[in-house]
Amino acid sequence: MLRFLAFRLSRSLLTLVLVVTFAFVVLRLSGDPALIIMSPDAPPEAVAAFRRSWGLDDPLWMQYLRYFTAILHGDLGNSMRDGRSAIALVGERIPATLALTLPALALKLGLGIPAGIYAALHRNSFADRAVMLLAVAGFTVPSFVLGLLLVLVFAVQLGWLPSGGQDTWMHAILPVITLGMGGAAVLARFTRSAMLEVLGQPYMRTALAKGVPWHVAVRRHALPNAAIPTVTIVGFMVGSLLAGAVVVESVFSWPGVGRLLVVAVANRDLAVVQCILLLVAATMITANLVVDLLYGVLDPRLRMGAREAA
Amino acid sequence: MSAPLLEAEGLVRRYTMRRGWLGRPVEVRALDGVSLTLERGRTLGLVGESGCGKSTTGRLVLGVEKPDEGAVRFEGAPLPPPGTAGWRALRARMQMVYQDPLGALDRRLTIGAQVAEPLEIHRLGADAEKVAALLRSVGLRPDHADRYPHELSGGQRQRAVLARALATDPALLVCDEPISALDVSIQAQVMNLLAEVQAARGISLLFISHDLRAVRQVSHRVAVMYLGRIVEEGEPDAVLHDPAHPYAQALVSAIPHPGRRGRRIVLQGDPPNPAARPTGCAFHPRCPVASARCVAETPALKPRPGDGRRVACHVAQGEIPAGQGIAAPQLREAA
Amino acid sequence: MSDTTAATPPPATLAAPLARKRAGLPPMVLFALLWIALMLGIAFLADWISPFSHTALDLRARLAPPVFMGGSWLHPLGSDELGRDVLSRLIVSIRLSLLIAFGAAIIGAVLGVTLGFLAAHFRGLVEQAVMALVDFQASMPFLILALSVLAFFGNSLPLFICLLGLHGWERYARIARGLAISAGGQGYAAAVRQLGATPWRIYARHVLPNIASTLIVSMTLAFPEIILLESGLSFLGLGVQPPDTSLGNMVGYGREYLTRAPWILLTPSVVIVLTTLSVSLLGDWLRDRLDPTLR
Repeated sequence: MLRFLAFRLSRSLLTLVLVVTFAFVVLRLSGDPALIIMSPDAPPEAVAAFRRSWGLDDPLWMQYLRYFTAILHGDLGNSMRDGRSAIALVGERIPATLALTLPALALKLGLGIPAGIYAALHRNSFADRAVMLLAVAGFTVPSFVLGLLLVLVFAVQLGWLPSGGQDTWMHAILPVITLGMGGAAVLARFTRSAMLEVLGQPYMRTALAKGVPWHVAVRRHALPNAAIPTVTIVGFMVGSLLAGAVVVESVFSWPGVGRLLVVAVANRDLAVVQCILLLVAATMITANLVVDLLYGVLDPRLRMGAREAA
Repeated sequence: MSAPLLEAEGLVRRYTMRRGWLGRPVEVRALDGVSLTLERGRTLGLVGESGCGKSTTGRLVLGVEKPDEGAVRFEGAPLPPPGTAGWRALRARMQMVYQDPLGALDRRLTIGAQVAEPLEIHRLGADAEKVAALLRSVGLRPDHADRYPHELSGGQRQRAVLARALATDPALLVCDEPISALDVSIQAQVMNLLAEVQAARGISLLFISHDLRAVRQVSHRVAVMYLGRIVEEGEPDAVLHDPAHPYAQALVSAIPHPGRRGRRIVLQGDPPNPAARPTGCAFHPRCPVASARCVAETPALKPRPGDGRRVACHVAQGEIPAGQGIAAPQLREAA
Repeated sequence: MSDTTAATPPPATLAAPLARKRAGLPPMVLFALLWIALMLGIAFLADWISPFSHTALDLRARLAPPVFMGGSWLHPLGSDELGRDVLSRLIVSIRLSLLIAFGAAIIGAVLGVTLGFLAAHFRGLVEQAVMALVDFQASMPFLILALSVLAFFGNSLPLFICLLGLHGWERYARIARGLAISAGGQGYAAAVRQLGATPWRIYARHVLPNIASTLIVSMTLAFPEIILLESGLSFLGLGVQPPDTSLGNMVGYGREYLTRAPWILLTPSVVIVLTTLSVSLLGDWLRDRLDPTLR
């Protein structure tokens, strides 16, 4: 187990290094930041000064090394627009994003997983068909369409809820519902198919054949086994807590990380984009790590690190 | 007499195997010094349990894999490295028949297209008449050319594989368990077909099987393998009637035989595991006549003093008297 | 998989099983096929059937409501804030959105299959590198990656299509690698190699046709995701740029007039939803028909 942990940890770190390198390479490939930031008709001396102050004249490997050590020190550069530290800029947006994504995650889990289990246990019933229809709809209706529809109905027509902004908790209701519905649909569909797969396994039939009551068999055999694939997708959802709300934040003018990202991309504020990219990568990788460890707890076969099939 | 078609000298093939995702790599010696010779137009039968290295020998002889030690010479020249143009060109001269004919055929192409494929690859002109002639020569009808593999029976599929292998008129055919996946009633037909093909074309066969009777029926010489080594080699009648090596004796005694009152040798101990190879003679933990020297020293494959039979056994060579067998603590531990 | 296909004839072509099952075509799938056909027809005939140029202004008829909300037949689906005909813009948007999605799906499939085959053929380091990339891609939310690339490289239509082509390549790579390795071990690919075929011939003539149905199903399942991504990015104003217009782009700009002229964004929204729904239904159905092994 310890070796497994060490192995997974080193692999996660490697992936993180990969992301950092990716960001650096893409950054360098994308052209001269001096010319992007400064207007094309800026005086050459100003461009040269800009280049010097950002260290753009040094050889590439030195820039990479500096870049890397800076990141290790938690220095992700300053916004090329207003000169503030990128990490501070991003950091002050995180609470706003979490205020949307955490309740939305609860909504996804609380709605999606029970609906999926119920649908699987009552296969081909009316409820199953309804859940599946909603699940397909949840996947095919893009979040911006759903969000705007909700605004149209509840803010414009009925006037019950505000259409955008972040002043009261009332403002969070529509974005949280928008975020939660899509995820709940995906989760319901996934849980249902995982459950159906498990319910068809021989050990379920064996348990029932030897007289184990249905609800006991479901609780003791079906649910833990169906949880294994479901954990993966939940892990992905947890990992995208920071950046899963890009579109929804834009729809509802919610001042979170996603909104910041969109503005930074539109302005080509590379330091901020890169900071968000690294933060998202780090959360994603951590979530993956936790999922892998959870696998070990849920699936005794994997506990010894015998993962030949992987 | 001309040079032999195929000579293999001291072939060693090691695989590293991991136990699990993080396990320590374990070296497995699939082949541990195999030498063999195959004359033109003759058949060499290779027998042994599964896992003894028969199929690995077949792949090395064809050059699909490179041996870690040793060399294969075909028509006097060393085999080019696998995957090179020279190796590919040589495919026209050496071909293979597989255990699972359905797996060896492409499900999405007709039999005709697949039989024509080697002709296309080696630019020998793939016309319908040639394909029809090939199909006829293996006992299929020309109209089978339009069928797909799943539309044929097992025996017919194996005939199609044989037709494809024969398309370029090769000098060597390696048959790896060609009949073991077939119904018993079909096995004899395929065996007869192989004998006919050999008689008609003067082709050399390396016939790999665990079925002693099948080997005896087609072979001019027989080699018995145990854990990556040849332990006995000779004329099929001699080896299979009067085996010299204790392992060969056990194999032969296991053939059900009408009218023979059974003195069957039942082997003791665990089946061979190439990852935990016993010291000395690899067979000693299961051998009824082993003694201390068998644990210490690996016997060489050499002609026996009396009749010149090639056998790798201290007892059969008369070097030591028959012992009482050795219990195998080290083997149990390893397993 | 081998067991089932051994018993039942494998689909020699894609069309054969479709033809056989047409009698029992579920109504939802029938609707999906009709809708997709309609969309393809519109995309191909866009230049002939759109009543106006998608950029033509009609300043006297700004924000004209559609027919079903009391408007005139001059602009059946209404007009936008500059008096541009919504129907014409919709038709042109459908064409561009489908073009982008098709282009991206094909790029993704070609890239993924190529990398998967390379991994299966060379094994060793090449395979490790490809699989590391696959892991990396699978573990990052694609929207974030796409946004970063757009930030770094700016935007143009070809770049945008290529960028969306990066979506989902890892799935094709996994499938192609897995199936190629299993065919190579003891299977037909090893046998063809032993016949002396070049790797090119093995992969193009044997492996690719054998995994084609699986790949087509995966492409059908990935297609709606690409449409959603495209429309999402365009909605954010970071995808298709004016004067070009796409479905997401229309929703994005129509949003400003949500209260006064909801029809500007409602019709493209409906088209997005129905198209993704249709293609997903078709994909699910194809998967059940052709390739039950796919999750």
